[in-house]
Amino acid sequence: MTALAGAKDTEMVEKHKSASPDRVIDIEKLSLTFETNDGPVHALSDIDLKIEQGDFVSFIGPSGCGKTTLLRVIADLEKPTAGSITVNGVSPEEARLNRAYGYVFQAAALYSWRTIAGNVALPLEIMGLSRSERQQRVARNLELVNLSGFEKKYPWQLSGGMQQRASIARALAVEPDLLLMDEPFGALDEIVRDHLNEQLLQLWAKTSKTVAFVTHSIPEAVFLSTKIVVLCPRPGRIYDVIESDLPRDRTLDIRESPEFLKIAHRVREGLKAGHSYED
Amino acid sequence: MTSNTFAPTRSLNPFAGLMSGTAGPVIVVVLAIIGAWYIGSVSLNTPFQLDTYERADRTDVPFSELLSDTLSQERPVLPAPHQIAVEIWETTAEKKITSKRSLIYHSGITLSSALLGFLIGTTLGILLAIGIIHSRVLEKSLMPWIIASQTIPILAIAPMIIVVLNAVGVSGLLPKAMISTYLSFFPVAVGMVKGLRSPEVIDMDLMHTYSANRLQTFWKLRLPYAVPFLFTSMKIGMAAALVGAIVGELPTGAVAGLGARLLSGSYYGQTLQIWSALIMAAFVAGSLVALIGLVEKLALQRMGMTR
Ligand SMILES: Nc1ncnc2c1ncn2[C@@H]1O[C@H](COP(=O)(O)OP(=O)(O)O)[C@@H](O)[C@H]1O
Ligand SMILES: [Mg+2]
Repeated sequence: MTALAGAKDTEMVEKHKSASPDRVIDIEKLSLTFETNDGPVHALSDIDLKIEQGDFVSFIGPSGCGKTTLLRVIADLEKPTAGSITVNGVSPEEARLNRAYGYVFQAAALYSWRTIAGNVALPLEIMGLSRSERQQRVARNLELVNLSGFEKKYPWQLSGGMQQRASIARALAVEPDLLLMDEPFGALDEIVRDHLNEQLLQLWAKTSKTVAFVTHSIPEAVFLSTKIVVLCPRPGRIYDVIESDLPRDRTLDIRESPEFLKIAHRVREGLKAGHSYED
Repeated sequence: MTSNTFAPTRSLNPFAGLMSGTAGPVIVVVLAIIGAWYIGSVSLNTPFQLDTYERADRTDVPFSELLSDTLSQERPVLPAPHQIAVEIWETTAEKKITSKRSLIYHSGITLSSALLGFLIGTTLGILLAIGIIHSRVLEKSLMPWIIASQTIPILAIAPMIIVVLNAVGVSGLLPKAMISTYLSFFPVAVGMVKGLRSPEVIDMDLMHTYSANRLQTFWKLRLPYAVPFLFTSMKIGMAAALVGAIVGELPTGAVAGLGARLLSGSYYGQTLQIWSALIMAAFVAGSLVALIGLVEKLALQRMGMTR
């Protein structure tokens, strides 16, 4: 079983090496079935997806359609049961060992015994960065998420939204080329969310990072993305992939433009057609 | 019902204030215990006292005299609290610490081997736990033995440990400490296995995304998670270590230590000596547990784990 999967992996790797040097994520015929006590759960079924360097890809769809699972497969937190996937041309495991990505979980997952600064510094300690480098990165990224001045606070002293921002700063501090974000702004209020959307977009435009972003919000998906992947559940699969032709440097007022509304409309139609509104 | 709206009137009743804190209930319980103790002393010591009167041919002893006599016997079946208090006072404050009659001297002997055994036991418990959580083989091979070790009654194994160690030339502090070790490593090992395994899945996932190695995951995640567990099991282990040291003094006929005081007290029917040694042992155990509790509070405060 594993030998077979291994052979397949190598085959895929070779194919991709000759394919595109800018290909960050290449997923082919990928499926993942969880064996549970109530029988198999088909979290992902027959997923085909390519993400190029510099793409901002949003995943949108109702709860349970496999968005989190897909992100976790890319991050090597889950193993697919069929199909193949490469990250930066290598297996997800190798990519993870190369520290290819930063991951923002749906929950903040801050360590309660570390201060906010200590939490942001955690991955940097593990990477073995020098003290001064760590301090610089912590300060820079806390400022980016508007948390300067909260360095010495403990997580429980911050609101849920602030905790989530700290966890974003922690992922950014790694300075990865690939950011995997699972509903990072889901718990935040509208204004903070808008602000962070703009910040994220600026960061992305400036650094040519690749972002894979899970969201529940149609405006957020359309505003941020170059590519929007609409998923539908049971089994979790891709219903539609929308390439956005909005300019790369956007401001929040773009949300009133006809092009924006047109894409938003198509996303909404996709969600409807995937019967996502039934539950 | 409307009186509820005048909540501040509650504070006018001093007794209500006393009972709402922790001190009030504790005092009530202590008084109840002391009261029950006196009743027990009088009734348990009465038969002997009546015997004495009979032998002295005294028939019409007034009740008040009987009462005071039962509370001042030299070798009462159950000494009264004030007798024990006097005995403790005489054997602590009024004796030099180096004196063989000083309870502090004897406590010190027992305490030193309990502490040594506790240190070794805690270290051993932590090491075992680290091994067990990192290796399935170790878990499968060690866990049954660790559990089985605690099903053997300590009273059965203590003399053998002492005798065997004496035979190979190890005597003094160490054999007693080994029994403390034997009793205290277990709660620490079990508590630490639980603590080191307690991180949430998402916290482990985070470490996984950083490709942290086992050592980093241990220091930066598992160990901090286990700290509260460690303190809880150290409190249990400390009390057990003290019991172990006392038990370790019994089979050798040791001449010093709280266990020796218990033993010689029971040889000569010196109930006052037995009870004051018991109270002292409880006091020492309580102080040590409280001390660990204090360190725990400081440590958790430093780790930002207390609000
Ligand atoms: N570890 C797991 N074991 C069993 N089933 C799971 C597990 N993780 C997710 N699932 C199931 O897989 C499906 C997809 O879950 P998920 O990826 O979390 O969806 P989404 O993030 O889109 O809400 C759901 O039906 C969920 O119950
Ligand atoms: Mg999810």
